[in-house]
Amino acid sequence: MPELSYLESINQALHQEMERDENVFILGEDVGEFGGAFKATAGLYEKFGSRRVLDTPMCEWAFIGLANGAAMMGLKPVVEIQFADFISTGFDPIVQYAATTHYRWGAKVPLVIRAPWGGGACAGPFHSQCKEAWFAHCPGLKVVIPSTPHDAKGLLISAIRDPNPVIFFEPKYLYRREKMEVPLETYSTPIGEAAVRREGSDLSIITYGAMVLEAVEAAETLSVENISCEVIDLRTLVPLDKKAVLDSVRKTSRALIVHEAVKTGGFGAEIAAIISEEAFDVLDAPPARLTAPDTPVPYSPPLEKAFRPDAGKIAARARQLAAY
Amino acid sequence: MSADSINKIPGKKLLELLYWMMLTRRIDDRCEALFKQGRFPGGIFSQEGHEAISVGSAILLEEGDAIAPMHRDLGAYLVRGMSPGRIFAQAMGRQGSPSGGRDVNTHGLGDLSLRIFGYVSHLPQSMGIALGAAYSFLYRKEDRVALTYFGDGASSEGGCHEALNLAAVLKAPVVFILENNQYAYSTPIEKQCLVENLSIRAEGYGIPGVTIDGTDVIAVMEATREAIGRARAGDGPTLIECKNLRLKGHAAHDPADYIPPGLLKRWKKRDPISLFRERLENSGILDGNKLAELQGRIEAEIEEGVEWAEASPWPEAATLEKDVFSDA
Ligand SMILES: Cc1ncc(C[n+]2csc(CCOP(=O)(O)OP(=O)(O)O)c2C)c(N)n1
Ligand SMILES: [Mg+2]
Repeated sequence: MPELSYLESINQALHQEMERDENVFILGEDVGEFGGAFKATAGLYEKFGSRRVLDTPMCEWAFIGLANGAAMMGLKPVVEIQFADFISTGFDPIVQYAATTHYRWGAKVPLVIRAPWGGGACAGPFHSQCKEAWFAHCPGLKVVIPSTPHDAKGLLISAIRDPNPVIFFEPKYLYRREKMEVPLETYSTPIGEAAVRREGSDLSIITYGAMVLEAVEAAETLSVENISCEVIDLRTLVPLDKKAVLDSVRKTSRALIVHEAVKTGGFGAEIAAIISEEAFDVLDAPPARLTAPDTPVPYSPPLEKAFRPDAGKIAARARQLAAY
Repeated sequence: MSADSINKIPGKKLLELLYWMMLTRRIDDRCEALFKQGRFPGGIFSQEGHEAISVGSAILLEEGDAIAPMHRDLGAYLVRGMSPGRIFAQAMGRQGSPSGGRDVNTHGLGDLSLRIFGYVSHLPQSMGIALGAAYSFLYRKEDRVALTYFGDGASSEGGCHEALNLAAVLKAPVVFILENNQYAYSTPIEKQCLVENLSIRAEGYGIPGVTIDGTDVIAVMEATREAIGRARAGDGPTLIECKNLRLKGHAAHDPADYIPPGLLKRWKKRDPISLFRERLENSGILDGNKLAELQGRIEAEIEEGVEWAEASPWPEAATLEKDVFSDA
């Protein structure tokens, strides 16, 4: 099996889905000949031409509106937002139109919005944000955040085949980091299923996105200290695999929720609430959250390092929780 | 080239324009070099080819006027009083920068004491911000103007339309400078709009619009002077489209091999600094000695700026959560 990076895996999924289904097309800024700011769409324009790989002017509101209309006509738009931060410029057609249409009058809006997401690259306040909670708060949108090259391909294929609007955040920190074996053939990874990245019995670390790697590293560190951590990678926030979360917590009786997004109103609060509501009886400690603090994402290396959770911080918090 | 139009302007002023443009170029070069040496991580937007626009317009502002620049307007920051040291410190993420290390490169390079509004990445948000400053002038019946900038790329965003229309309706004292450098990142102008001159859109808002040569600092100055006069006279906003070409990549990481070599070559011959230098030489305002003097002064200021920035401490992690809200 070939080894692919996260980015290569996304690119391969796009190639294969466009080959499979004539209705799949790509749109966004600089996605054509240029291949996108991160090269996720490289080679697609050459293969499929400008009808199916549509370079737009800068106009997020208009091209996401377009994606809505085209989707309802039976096409499968895959929108690229250059950086997830810029999704706010196209907010209304996502959170007002795409999210509500099927519920309101029954039309399907099968579009995918891909966006390079998250920090860790000292890219400053406007190229580092994690705004998944904005979208998880809008019934009607699915929210997917894969953490491995294998899942990136399988989940993107599922997103493209899904009859609903899917917000697909790609942790750009992982784009060129670790390669892994990714099957050449197409496969779909189900939306709504978490993955157990590491089994353990003392506490559950529940996370997603680039924090999965950090959590696994923390778990390895802690195993030497005889603290056995289970790492749950949510993979999709909406729909949420509640069962995987609760099963793990029932096993370990302790939960540490980790995310890169800021704390207040973050998705971790939702997980903590679910655990409190539904597994209170088994808890040996209050559910804990380790997140970024409630600030914009700072640029300067010492500030971003302090801002962003990492393996060291996760291990430290997990130790406290294990000793509770 | 005929030197007619510059004869009306005092030689000292002309040399000042040249100085600001050269300083802008050299800071840009130095930032790029430092970035490529790995001295800071954030990246740098190239300024090359935009110096005449930012300098030729900002030079006309007076104390108390407001400016909301974009990412190719390093010259405007300098002209309005931002020191090279603070600019380098911003790129390096140091405490002494206007954002104290929180924001990156020209983002957030704001200083209200200079009435410079730091921008967010989301384009063209500064248009609305400048309009707000202009409204404050109307509100307080102050004889001031606000100046703001946006690109050809940003001109396709909805916010651009909203800001121009609202400014027109309010007859706000604001000057909108459209820096049409023919590219939005990799996307050429032909893929962004079907009109030859974006300034014709002004008519749709009922305001004056002109297209000028953005490589000619004097042309920029003259057009801006007129627009500012109109704004101060209570006649509302103007749209000035300055045409140029971004002579380097979108940012320091971008080799920009999507720009056809012929196009680049043609516009390199229209480098705003070389053009102006020649013009000053031809009219006897600049000679070898004066040029060497300018260069020496600029190099010294840059060395001083880099040293100042490097001596500025890193922000302390303990300050991370400060200032999200103002206490008073
Ligand atoms: C709303 C929004 N979408 C996308 C981007 C990403 N982006 C940054 S600069 C840029 C191109 C800007 O082109 P233009 O307005 O012509 O200015 P230029 O860089 O050419 O000076 C893009 C697409 C952004 N900053 N804001
Ligand atoms: Mg441009």
